[in-house]
Amino acid sequence: MSGARARVGWVLVALVAAFALAVPYLTSSFYTALVTQLLFFGLLAMSVGLLGGYTGLMPMGYAAIMGIGAYALGYLITRAHAPMGIAIAGAIAIALVVTLAFGLMAIRTSGIFFSMITLAQGMLVWGAAYRWYQVTGAENGLRGIERPFFAVRYYEYYYLVLAVVAASALVLWLIVRSPFGLSLQGIRESESRMRTLGYDVGLHKLIAFEVSGFFAAVSGLLFGWYNNFISPASVGLPSSAEAVFMVILGGAGTLLGPVLGAAVVVFAKNFLSLYLSRWPTIMGLIFILAVLFARDGLVGTGRRVAIAAGGRGNKTTAVE
Amino acid sequence: MSLTTLALHVLNGLTFAALLFLLASGFTLVFGLMRIMNLAHGAFYLVGGYIGLTVLVATGNFVLATLSAGAAIALLGLGAERVLLRRLRGQVLPEVLLTIGLAFVLGDLALAIWGGDPQSVPRPGFLGASLTIADVTYPAFRIVVLGVGIVIGGAIWYLQEGTRIGAIVRAGVDDSETVEALGIDIKRVFTFVFCFGAFLAGLTGMLGGAFLALYPGADFEILTYALVVVIIGGPGSLPGAAVGSVAVGLIDAFGKALAPELTYFTVFLPMALILTWRPHGLFGRLA
Repeated sequence: MSGARARVGWVLVALVAAFALAVPYLTSSFYTALVTQLLFFGLLAMSVGLLGGYTGLMPMGYAAIMGIGAYALGYLITRAHAPMGIAIAGAIAIALVVTLAFGLMAIRTSGIFFSMITLAQGMLVWGAAYRWYQVTGAENGLRGIERPFFAVRYYEYYYLVLAVVAASALVLWLIVRSPFGLSLQGIRESESRMRTLGYDVGLHKLIAFEVSGFFAAVSGLLFGWYNNFISPASVGLPSSAEAVFMVILGGAGTLLGPVLGAAVVVFAKNFLSLYLSRWPTIMGLIFILAVLFARDGLVGTGRRVAIAAGGRGNKTTAVE
Repeated sequence: MSLTTLALHVLNGLTFAALLFLLASGFTLVFGLMRIMNLAHGAFYLVGGYIGLTVLVATGNFVLATLSAGAAIALLGLGAERVLLRRLRGQVLPEVLLTIGLAFVLGDLALAIWGGDPQSVPRPGFLGASLTIADVTYPAFRIVVLGVGIVIGGAIWYLQEGTRIGAIVRAGVDDSETVEALGIDIKRVFTFVFCFGAFLAGLTGMLGGAFLALYPGADFEILTYALVVVIIGGPGSLPGAAVGSVAVGLIDAFGKALAPELTYFTVFLPMALILTWRPHGLFGRLA
């Protein structure tokens, strides 16, 4: 990265950070809530992007991992009446164990087989959420998932989410730039070549799955606290597909892309559903149009435009 | 568990397996040839069921209604393949996302047209009765579905193994480029197979409607079962779909009887076990 480009990048990061910090002062509670949603869905999308974009293994059931985080938190708080610290640690631990089991099943495959298996896993979690009444409350879900005492009001909660998501994004950024992250991209490009070079491909995939699962679970905690509620509707295929769509729409193989994709989906959902009653149809049509016409996502399209205009694609440099 | 209830559970399992096989065979044929994971397959099933029900109410002819359900969905499949999927040929992930988009649109439109209340397809008069063999009394209709599943399974097997079009499809599964180089219009074969899979889904929807009821969400629920069947049997394999269906059907029937709150989840364990042993399913081959 050249000096000038790096400087522009850092200035942009600083501007975004300043804006993010000012959101509750600049806008109403409604918009602050929307940005809160954008942040935790962005984190989910980044975790999907780590597997799907960087490692080349697109998980189609990650809303279920997020859901397990939220359900475990909800169960520990509302049914087991655990203290907050234990509830958080317990929820993450449960999600990691389930992720490990899912990962062991899925990592021996790749490509579309991997997507198919993770899809089935996600739908089975939905099935459990829907039927395992004693734990999940079935259709009624789990209500009363309290936020931590210091982040009860909407703007306090916004800052908590901002801090957690920013820290997670930083860690993910370090991971994708690390030798480990580069190995993941090597696996995406050619699994057999990486194996020949002596890499333990299975272990790399499993660790990537577990890291993604961790961040998906964290987004699940943020999701559960945000709504104070979790129900089967949040963990089904539509939610998992939305997360994949965020990655594809924003641009796979980047960290900024999934967040941009999350922003588009969150805002589209909240505004279009004000005027149009058939949200699933609209979302389906957006999916179809986006895959037909915007194949390399917003970041890719932006980069192409920047290159065509003779620019250097500064916007994307900073966050990659 | 007495012998009678045991027989009932086995019959429940096998008849459900027949329904699953009809759905999964179309899914797996399309996957084997085109590498398209058609997630709209469940929506094809549901919309087929609703269309069949509408035709049945209008005409009173069950066979006509079942065939029109299949034909209508085959037409829908034709449109989806020609207009949408063909533009994305070979791009695996965009193809999947497109079929998800299609599934959302179809499911939502079905809700708009046919409403949210569960609807059952009335069973035809001559099949409404029950059969009694020894101590076991069982609905005749489900036995007929089992028969239909076996007959159609056999027909697809013959089509694939004994006819020219079947040979072309099998060759296309192995190497579609070479098939094309031999002067065969593989695109037409793709369209044919996709429409055939859609036809089966529509027809199964009608049978399923008289068996499990039609309601919003039934599309993804049945799709999950079909997916598990295909994963267990090996994606792209017809015998795999048959074996997977019987396994999932029986496990589900006994699971529902023994641990109703874990319905749906009971099929998960065998899937996990088989995947650890054979990552691409019982009859699957590496991509």
